[in-house]
Amino acid sequence: MVTTHPGSPASAAASGPTDDEQVEMMRRMIDANVFSTRIFNLQRQGRVGTNAPIDGSEAIAVGAAAALDPKQDWIYPQYREQYGLGRFGDELLDLIVLYNMGHPGGGAYPEHLRVFPYQISLATQIPHAVGTAWGMKVKGDPGCSLVFFGDGSSSEGDFYEAANLAGVRKAPVIFVLINNGWAISTPTSSQTGAESFAAKAHAFGFPGRRIDGTDPIEVYRTIAEARARATGGMGPMLVEAVTYRLGHHTTADDPTKYRHADEVEAAKSREPVAKFAALLGARGLWSDEQTAAQEASAHERFDGAWERAQATTWQPSDMFEHTYATPTPRMLRQRAEMIAHLAAEGEA
Amino acid sequence: MTVMTMVEAINHTLHEEMARDDRVMVFGQDVGINGGVFRATEGLSAAFGDDRVVDMPLAEGVIAGSTVGLAVAGMVPVAEIQFLGFAYQAMHQIVGQIARLRTRSAGRFEAPITIRAPFGGGVRTPELHSESLESQFANCPGLKIALPATAADAKGLLAAAIRDPDPVLFLEPLRGYRMVKDDVPDGEHVVEFGKARTSREGSDVVIIAWSYMVELANRVADSLAAEGVSVRVLDLRTVVPLDVDAIADAVSACGRAVVVQEAPETCGFGSEVIATAMERCFYDLEAPIERVSGYDTPYPVGMLEDYWVPDAPRIEAAVRRVLGTSA
Repeated sequence: MVTTHPGSPASAAASGPTDDEQVEMMRRMIDANVFSTRIFNLQRQGRVGTNAPIDGSEAIAVGAAAALDPKQDWIYPQYREQYGLGRFGDELLDLIVLYNMGHPGGGAYPEHLRVFPYQISLATQIPHAVGTAWGMKVKGDPGCSLVFFGDGSSSEGDFYEAANLAGVRKAPVIFVLINNGWAISTPTSSQTGAESFAAKAHAFGFPGRRIDGTDPIEVYRTIAEARARATGGMGPMLVEAVTYRLGHHTTADDPTKYRHADEVEAAKSREPVAKFAALLGARGLWSDEQTAAQEASAHERFDGAWERAQATTWQPSDMFEHTYATPTPRMLRQRAEMIAHLAAEGEA
Repeated sequence: MTVMTMVEAINHTLHEEMARDDRVMVFGQDVGINGGVFRATEGLSAAFGDDRVVDMPLAEGVIAGSTVGLAVAGMVPVAEIQFLGFAYQAMHQIVGQIARLRTRSAGRFEAPITIRAPFGGGVRTPELHSESLESQFANCPGLKIALPATAADAKGLLAAAIRDPDPVLFLEPLRGYRMVKDDVPDGEHVVEFGKARTSREGSDVVIIAWSYMVELANRVADSLAAEGVSVRVLDLRTVVPLDVDAIADAVSACGRAVVVQEAPETCGFGSEVIATAMERCFYDLEAPIERVSGYDTPYPVGMLEDYWVPDAPRIEAAVRRVLGTSA
């Protein structure tokens, strides 16, 4: 663990997570894994588009979400963590399915779901998360914002600009840098010359921690402490959560081209879902039967979401709905032309 | 009415909007105690405090990018980019993020964001301080683009921009900050976007322009009036949304048109105006439409800039060509 700033406050999470919370995290990690696998496989069948599996990041997404307050805090994900954020609203699963289908309703998150939409442009969500935290501070709103990004994203200017601003304004924001070893085919050794990603926090004037991102309990405790700091007016924290991406970057990737099977094999002992199940099992909190039952329930929930998604209607002219509050006259003309054209072609 | 320069009108409007709505925040480089390098934000920090008028780190990407998060938190951000050429360092946030917030969230998140920046050249600045990027941004659906030519419109369009639920790029003619001076309505004054303004009435030819080029078009109209040539000047005010009907009406009424832009010729917004006129008014045209613009080179160094930026003689020559009265 790297602590670049002394004087962290007493951990607010010394007592947590409770056994019940740990079991809940276990369930959500299994759900995340099943949903992610199902979406991945649907791409192989040509039924959804390119997508990024969560594998390796289950403990980070689930552990962080468990330490936040879904009624006060905001989460700004990249594109891998969504599977593990069900605690912020179970309807997220339906939206994940729609989004990966390319359905126009895939971004229509309900008002109470304090999760930002998918972000494809790496690191661009970091200034957004800082802006929200800054705005909450100006308004005197409770809570904080948390942003997920990767080891690759940490090389983007947006990370440096946003972290710098957050340090200046002591914004209540938590930076969660998911270091899964690989940015597609680029290893972390080609990404930074720093001793760690966490060490970068020192330059921004706030603490940086390097933690085991395969352990949801460590993630939970670290995020709970970061949240206590942020909401207590002490400013941001950078958390480098170290894990390993066991599978593909996305459905469009072939990792055998750039890394050795030995490396992947060695990392399998750190696979977060099985590791956590074993840990809870040893403490009598979880069993193989419960894993099987949870997997079955996750598949059932996914089947339901997939069925609902198929029945969710859309039309080509939906594309004109949300560019502006009021479409420009020119867009209205284009929309009318499209509808007339499709009618003439017998498509509508 | 009060006579104001353009920069005074902008400053006055920022004061009024911050007083009207306490969600409005003004931030950028040197906007606080210094009042902005052009003094557009003079006095705001004293009047509204350091929480709402904020000197930012020197980083355009996060000046633009943080507006998205501030909007989600319920604020109304008014960010300043010190010179439009520096917006290149914020392009990924303005175009890739701010413009798409409403679409990406299927209408959940609004982006009531205003980004102000000085626009155009003509005052011997260093490189990248004189850019005219309106057509680059006009090709990015989700943004609106306002380009006032008068102090009165600077007030009315800026008030409209700040109150708009969608993101607005508010481009202020750098050369016009102190050279443009006119009567500004007192109190509430909001100019609706997408409504062009007839700056000079006329019937022989219409000059279509925006921002500081309107001032030059007016001069040409006034000087040709002495020869009995009736020149109309149409000020677009906003290029997104575009007042297509005003363009069509003016071109059809006059039958001849010249479009003036400060940006380079190729793919400038003038091309869009001319294509629009062709679609709507082809059979009313008496002559090909001409455009007057900067040249297809990077904005040149100071000793050359007066030869690059359109001036009244170049506009007048184009008007005479479309009238068929060239010497």
